[in-house]
Amino acid sequence: MIRPHDSIIVQSLGRFLIPVIQLFGLYVLFFGQYGPGGGFVGGVILGTSMVLAILVFGHDASRSQLSKKALHGDGLGMLIFAGVGGLCLIGGGEFLNYAHLHIPGLEIAARRSLGIVLTQIGVAIDVAVTAISIVFSLSAEEIIEDSTNG
Amino acid sequence: MIFSFEIPLLILLLLTAAGAILVKDLMSAILLLGCYSFFLSLVWAWLGAVDVAFVEAVVGAGLATVLFLLTLFGTAPKDSRLRRPPPPMAALIGLPLLGILLLYAAKDLPQFGDPNSPANSHISPTYLEQSFHDTHTPNVVTSVLMDYRSLDTMVETVVIFTAGIACVLLLRRKAS
Repeated sequence: MIRPHDSIIVQSLGRFLIPVIQLFGLYVLFFGQYGPGGGFVGGVILGTSMVLAILVFGHDASRSQLSKKALHGDGLGMLIFAGVGGLCLIGGGEFLNYAHLHIPGLEIAARRSLGIVLTQIGVAIDVAVTAISIVFSLSAEEIIEDSTNG
Repeated sequence: MIFSFEIPLLILLLLTAAGAILVKDLMSAILLLGCYSFFLSLVWAWLGAVDVAFVEAVVGAGLATVLFLLTLFGTAPKDSRLRRPPPPMAALIGLPLLGILLLYAAKDLPQFGDPNSPANSHISPTYLEQSFHDTHTPNVVTSVLMDYRSLDTMVETVVIFTAGIACVLLLRRKAS
């Protein structure tokens, strides 16, 4: 059980920094096709911002509710990644061969680009949820009944 | 010259690594390990591997430090002091010998950035030439990771997923 930090400096800085970090994480995630970055790093940055919210504001604060809700998304990232592969199978190609995603009006290279974006989102969700979930497992005891009972 | 940034960074790396091993308190060791990861990420960025530097800075210096600290706070206070037995004689003699052997073998490695080295001449030119035409993705690292080698990436994601599930199963317990 993590209690809120009692320093006003840490609280104000956290209030200001956490949205900036989340924005930067989204930027890294979607800019990964054009520069350094990608799904893994973007997911870790997103997860770390939520971990920072837990560390600064405590488990029960309203700002930590997003992280608590994110715990329910465990496995969603894997579902997206493998689901894109399955869609390629349905389209008549090999597993994860994005050229066989059936989207009308897109040439093959654009389909591959879209497949890369989708799988990167999958990786990001998986990594972010795993980071939050490990932090919750290490720190929370009373919080578990809340999160399992809804 | 080319070594002007590398030498101080590597000295800082060695100092922080040695400090993390030699320091008496586990809390200081964790923070020194975070510093070590940060300097290592600077080294990666200096060598041009910006993606790896990103991961090292975020995971090594940020997330791993938090996880270590949470684990430390979960243990009893008396466990955080270190008792250090003296190193065995075989390690004191054998490990420097191994280091000298590795340094000797490192002379045969190709030069950094050598265009004729096997890693740069076998399949990398194909990726560099074809990837933008194939995937419309300017970053070759991303297109190799997520398209040409996407099955590997998927299995890595499965590994991370499994690690998260295992942590939940092993560590979550009801308040007693």
